[in-house]
Amino acid sequence: MSIEIENITKTFGAFTALNNVSLTIPSGELVALLGPSGCGKTSLLRIIAGLETPDRGRILFNGEDTTQSHVRERRVGFVFQHYALFRHLTVFDNVAFGLDVRPKATRPSKSEIREKVMNLLRLVQLENMATRYPAQLSGGQRQRIALARALAVEPQVLLLDEPFGALDAQVRVELRRWLRRLHDEIHITSVFVTHDQEEALEVADRIVVMNRGNVEQVGTADEVYENPASPFVLNFLGNVNLFHGRHHQNESEHHEPQKSSVSYVRSHDIDIDRTPQDSSALKSEIKHIQKLGPAVRITLAIEGNPDFVEAELTRDAFQNLGLQRGEQVYVLPRQVRVFVEDYQI
Amino acid sequence: MSAPVKIHTTHNSGRAQTEPAFVRWILIFIALVFLFLFLALPLAAVFSQAFEKGLAVYLEALREADTLSSIKLTLITAAVSVPLNLFFGVTAAWAIAKFSFPGKNLLITLIDLPFSVSPVISGLIYVLIFGLQGWIGPWLNAHDIKIVFAVPGIILATIFVTFPFVARELIPLMEAQGKEEEEAALVLGATGLQTFFRVTLPNIKWGIIYGVILCNARAMGEFGAVSVVSGHIRGMTNTVPLHVEILYNEYNYTAAFAVASLLAFLALITLGVKTIAEWKVRDQMSS
Repeated sequence: MSIEIENITKTFGAFTALNNVSLTIPSGELVALLGPSGCGKTSLLRIIAGLETPDRGRILFNGEDTTQSHVRERRVGFVFQHYALFRHLTVFDNVAFGLDVRPKATRPSKSEIREKVMNLLRLVQLENMATRYPAQLSGGQRQRIALARALAVEPQVLLLDEPFGALDAQVRVELRRWLRRLHDEIHITSVFVTHDQEEALEVADRIVVMNRGNVEQVGTADEVYENPASPFVLNFLGNVNLFHGRHHQNESEHHEPQKSSVSYVRSHDIDIDRTPQDSSALKSEIKHIQKLGPAVRITLAIEGNPDFVEAELTRDAFQNLGLQRGEQVYVLPRQVRVFVEDYQI
Repeated sequence: MSAPVKIHTTHNSGRAQTEPAFVRWILIFIALVFLFLFLALPLAAVFSQAFEKGLAVYLEALREADTLSSIKLTLITAAVSVPLNLFFGVTAAWAIAKFSFPGKNLLITLIDLPFSVSPVISGLIYVLIFGLQGWIGPWLNAHDIKIVFAVPGIILATIFVTFPFVARELIPLMEAQGKEEEEAALVLGATGLQTFFRVTLPNIKWGIIYGVILCNARAMGEFGAVSVVSGHIRGMTNTVPLHVEILYNEYNYTAAFAVASLLAFLALITLGVKTIAEWKVRDQMSS
């Protein structure tokens, strides 16, 4: 089931949540809507589900216009950020809910419902929790029950709103790998909203980067990471340093110097050396060293540049160099992306 | 749901209390004396006066025709006004907590209005509207419809006075629970009614019971507003509280306190149910 989003605009009072957004989500893919809070990603997800009506534009499921159809008729599975499990029902009844509320004519028999629910509970590895109440489950378990409940109605589309947002770090990593494997098994067209770039890069087939109600870029994890279409995308996916044009005499031949432009360098694309390897190496002083597990983050002050620059080295490279705080070194950006300045961080 | 609203109970460990023991004892003592003087003592007085001349006299006082008629009227009044206010309260709370619409704050203010208006004024409003000198009084009179100094007036005044109880209790509860569960039900294919009866209602069950029991207590015990519209016709438009006053003014103390003891019983039952409902509401809010 593919989803086409055509020219969707949504405003809340004076705030434009979505500004003429168009997007195609191919059948069977797992797509991430990635962006900072307030970028419109959750509104878009809720509009796809039918929980919110767009001011303008259309939503098509498999080429069929569903904009006017009620949320009940859209056959979507929706996993809410805080799961929204029915607190007065057991896990079993939660998962069975979508089947129980069907009109008599299309409702499966009690034993069919039972079998289906138990299969789903097996799928999410919680079959022994059937008689518990949501309050008795951990966050990760609730999340999986919410997913089983959404899948019970055999949705055409699965929509997940910040599915891992409320979990602690370790459970989050486990669950997102599990979701990826689950998707490889059942291949249901899925869209999930996240503000966590790592999550999007790891889980999604395709990433839609959004900012201020607009789609900035659509592509695979590699595409958006390696070829960011805008400074926003570059900045949002990974740590970046900014070099303003005027501080960059050595590289000014790449672009007209009078036009204000900004060069962006990812922190792990910076080489540090004690001697200048290149004419464009910049003399700097080490201000701070921070060890972060496998990586080491070094804060540098480049001569004549008011802003600090952050470089990330592997632990090995850091140990080989034996860098100390306060030392004079030379910094050489390996990969520089230049955007003409129309965007402020 | 991961407890967005956490109700803090007052289970302090000994270490958290820094006040010296004698301060604590004095505070507890003052509270107990106050409770005794203003709550326990009057309650005991009601019952002791009621039973002063023995059980037989007590029962006799209750079996008197005017008393029975006042009890009947009070029950009718509660039986009409409580369900109406239950319906109104649930609808209003549902609208306020789960939807946003223009005029929402005005509605909340209006719901609170009966709390801030003196009951006598509430009664007077109905006299001014439906009374003979009132706006539509002459028309009603011409069509032989009696509202003021009759049962309909008493019911109207009672509805007005007990208007906020259910809604006021439900609005914060429903707001704390949010609307995600309802949305989840809709996405899963439930109709609006199924959503209400299978998801919303079970979640607010104890809030409703709490609101209804308070609403009922007030409906049966209301004096001021009802007094203005009733006209005090014995055996016709006297509710239990009005009847108590009449008996007392006639120096019929035993009968007055016997009838009053019914209201005291009602208060005790209300208190018990209310306490249980409070615990359950707390659970519903925090789970």
